[in-house]
Amino acid sequence: MLDLTPRDGVAQRHALVINPAKTCQPVGAVYAALGVHRCMPHSHGSQGCVAFHRMYLTRHFKEPAMASTSAFTEGASVFGGGANLKTAIRNVFDLYDPDVMAIHTTCLSETIGDDLHSYLSDIEVPEGKHVIYCSTPSYVGSHIWGFASMTEGFVKQAAQKSGVATGRLALFPGFVNPGDMREYKRLMGQFGIRYTMLPDTSGVFDAPMTGTFELYPKGGTRFEDIVRLGDAAHSIALGEAASERPASQLQRDHRVSSEVMGLPIGVVATDVFVSALSRFSGEPVPYAIEEERGQVVDIMLDAQQYFKSRRVAIYGDPDTVLGIASLCLELGMVPSMMVTGSPMPTFQARASALLDGYGLADQCWAQDKADLFELHQRIIQGPVDLLVGGTHGKQIARAEDIPFVRAGFPIMDRYVHSYMPLVGYRGAMRLIELMSNALMDRQDRDCSDEDFEMVM
Amino acid sequence: MKRNAARGTTATMAPILEERKSSIMTADGCGGAGIACDKVSVSGSVSQRACAYCGARVVLNPITNACHIIHGPIGCSSYTWDIRGSLTSGEDLFRHSFCTDMRETDIIFGGEKKLIASIDEAVEALHPKVIFVYATCIVGIIGDDVHQVCADAEERHGIRVIPVQAPGFSGTKSTGYRLGGQAIMDLIGSNPFPRERAHGVNILGDFNLAGETWIVKGYCAHLGIDVVTGITGDASVEGLMRAPEAKVNVVQCAGSMSALAETMETELDIPFIKVSFYGIEDTTSSLVRMAEALGDERVVRATRDFCSEETRKLEPLIARYTPLLAGKRAAIYVGGGFKAISLIRQFREFGIETVMVGTQTGRPEDYDVIRSLVNPGCVILDDANPAELERFMVEKGADILVGGVKERPLAYKLGVAFCDHNHERKHPLAGYVGVRNFAEEINSSMNSPVWRYV
Repeated sequence: MLDLTPRDGVAQRHALVINPAKTCQPVGAVYAALGVHRCMPHSHGSQGCVAFHRMYLTRHFKEPAMASTSAFTEGASVFGGGANLKTAIRNVFDLYDPDVMAIHTTCLSETIGDDLHSYLSDIEVPEGKHVIYCSTPSYVGSHIWGFASMTEGFVKQAAQKSGVATGRLALFPGFVNPGDMREYKRLMGQFGIRYTMLPDTSGVFDAPMTGTFELYPKGGTRFEDIVRLGDAAHSIALGEAASERPASQLQRDHRVSSEVMGLPIGVVATDVFVSALSRFSGEPVPYAIEEERGQVVDIMLDAQQYFKSRRVAIYGDPDTVLGIASLCLELGMVPSMMVTGSPMPTFQARASALLDGYGLADQCWAQDKADLFELHQRIIQGPVDLLVGGTHGKQIARAEDIPFVRAGFPIMDRYVHSYMPLVGYRGAMRLIELMSNALMDRQDRDCSDEDFEMVM
Repeated sequence: MKRNAARGTTATMAPILEERKSSIMTADGCGGAGIACDKVSVSGSVSQRACAYCGARVVLNPITNACHIIHGPIGCSSYTWDIRGSLTSGEDLFRHSFCTDMRETDIIFGGEKKLIASIDEAVEALHPKVIFVYATCIVGIIGDDVHQVCADAEERHGIRVIPVQAPGFSGTKSTGYRLGGQAIMDLIGSNPFPRERAHGVNILGDFNLAGETWIVKGYCAHLGIDVVTGITGDASVEGLMRAPEAKVNVVQCAGSMSALAETMETELDIPFIKVSFYGIEDTTSSLVRMAEALGDERVVRATRDFCSEETRKLEPLIARYTPLLAGKRAAIYVGGGFKAISLIRQFREFGIETVMVGTQTGRPEDYDVIRSLVNPGCVILDDANPAELERFMVEKGADILVGGVKERPLAYKLGVAFCDHNHERKHPLAGYVGVRNFAEEINSSMNSPVWRYV
């Protein structure tokens, strides 16, 4: 597997991407839109785009992913997709009866210059129904940017300020799994915080088996709650790459104060999040949460000998990579490679800041807009003890025989992951279990008979 | 709770779009107007169907030592990275994902420079023998001359660099199949091989999912039939170049490969037969017809004997599974018409009635055969959306759905068992061993203990 990867160095490439660590904006927009209750995401482009996005999401979540398409033809791509959009809006509301239709563009509709804003001003939307749109050209940003674009679109077009304060916290969760979103809700619940989380894919992409197919599952942010975001007391954006934009939008439009922080992965980042919740609620941190934190630290001490100085390569979405790297550092590991395919201008600075705290800045390589072929070449040059990321790294793990922990997006070859958190103290506990199992299983596999221990 | 809780429920089912009505029909056992198919999906539908690019990509993907460069933004490359489950006995270059990752500046100033540099970098890094360059949606619109870039690159590097102009909007997956076929012709050329020296067969339209090409090749080796190359299952560039030597083309997935087979007949004088290696009945008739087409009476006799023997060996399997499966009702939603036809027959071998059958790219003649095979009342539909699949599965009381990745969770949510007969099939489903795997899979899905807890 991958035995063609040159072993004699890291060739510089400027044009070609080989084995990407990102995908295009629209799939992120679809994921965000499906986190709104009774929302039908709509792709304004060729019919193939949305088939790919639905397939990609279904492969990760093992759940249905609904989205409609304008189904561009040659004609539409010459004369514009206005007519297709008009037909699409009529058909979607007639046929699927969503409360909201969330339209995103594609590389095709953007390149031919389709202007959704002007099209939509001419199209009638049924009484009581809503259309939200955002611009997601595939040649800008990545799926993370697209997730932010759609979330920002909802804030910009739906949120209003009535002047009657809701006292709610607006939480922008980042590009994370339903399991993570449930964990946020649990933590906020322990502080007694009333919140609106946008989007919220719990109850959508982890919907239970009931014997009936729900086109619109129970979960998702209520549209009326999004409307009232303008009256929120404060917002917290988790993950700079995925959440900073909607929070800024809310601040700009409705003067809702905001703070942006990293995804709460690991002890330090979770402390930051929990402190923010404490400040917001005016309540001290409940004992139940203190207890969880203490448990995590206890586990970290117990297991630290298996992590100490182990080199780990982490790849995937920028916020997730930075979060996992933070936990790895807390465990005494060396995150010697941190890679994201997404563009994020501050990625290297954020990584350096993390590494500086442990005196490791000169021993590690962090890069945005990188790909997994380069990561493989670098791993050949400077081997690592552990690889952490989505499914696409499995080829490298096999080629170089590296213990491999799946975390992030997409994971298309395992079950259960999307139900379980990486965030919060619980998430840290889970990541520590996954990583220590991988390292210790490897030790058991490789050690000699005389070193093979019953008790570890 | 009993499984199939969905049955009899009055779940709020979506109405059928007016524009879709001509693509849905009910078998009535007599003639009448055919189904409307091979159309672009209706705007606003949740289509289960992919685009022309996807069609070209999946047809060419299994060529194991080719480099497939996607010229366009990153998505089209990410979504098709090693997704097909095509196995290789040789190199694995095709399991990498290559893309020019066009950015905003490329859209404004043109992407040719980046494509040229990308080809050079691919050659430098991995020394491929052939590069396919796929032009996605926006490439033609911004005016990149991909043909010229490829022609220049061929000269510069002394290898084949073949353009595949497959913008997604140019049609359905079928359009893409034709474009993929043209690229294959571009590679193998149109110089006929002397017919008197022609030998053996090419196997078209088998993509070696879960190793299915190897099963068919195994049968051929056993029977003394020479397989020149798969097109494109487990094919190498060198193997494909020898394709003109074949005496007969054997076309397995007719939906994807009919056009190429017709071109090869016109340009290379290679006649073709359509076959299907799914199910006992179709595997047997396909192997016999393949032997007959080669014209060696000894091979034909050996094939008949082999098939009888293999069929006989499956009798205990049929006897074991029929009581577990007979009387169940199946729904089929697959890519091509030919596979749907085989599946209807295969279900019948176990006493299962097909109550709904749809395809993404079936042709009118496929739908005629389907109508002749199914019982009255069976719903037949082209390019169905999830709402239609749901509606008819519930209405017809399907116990199992055969489909692809997007249909799996839909079926499960409805309390309907599932078998992946697409890229994610877990075992080979072709040939006699495929019958065994198919029976085991549909039985394990329909009779899983988990259903007791739904």
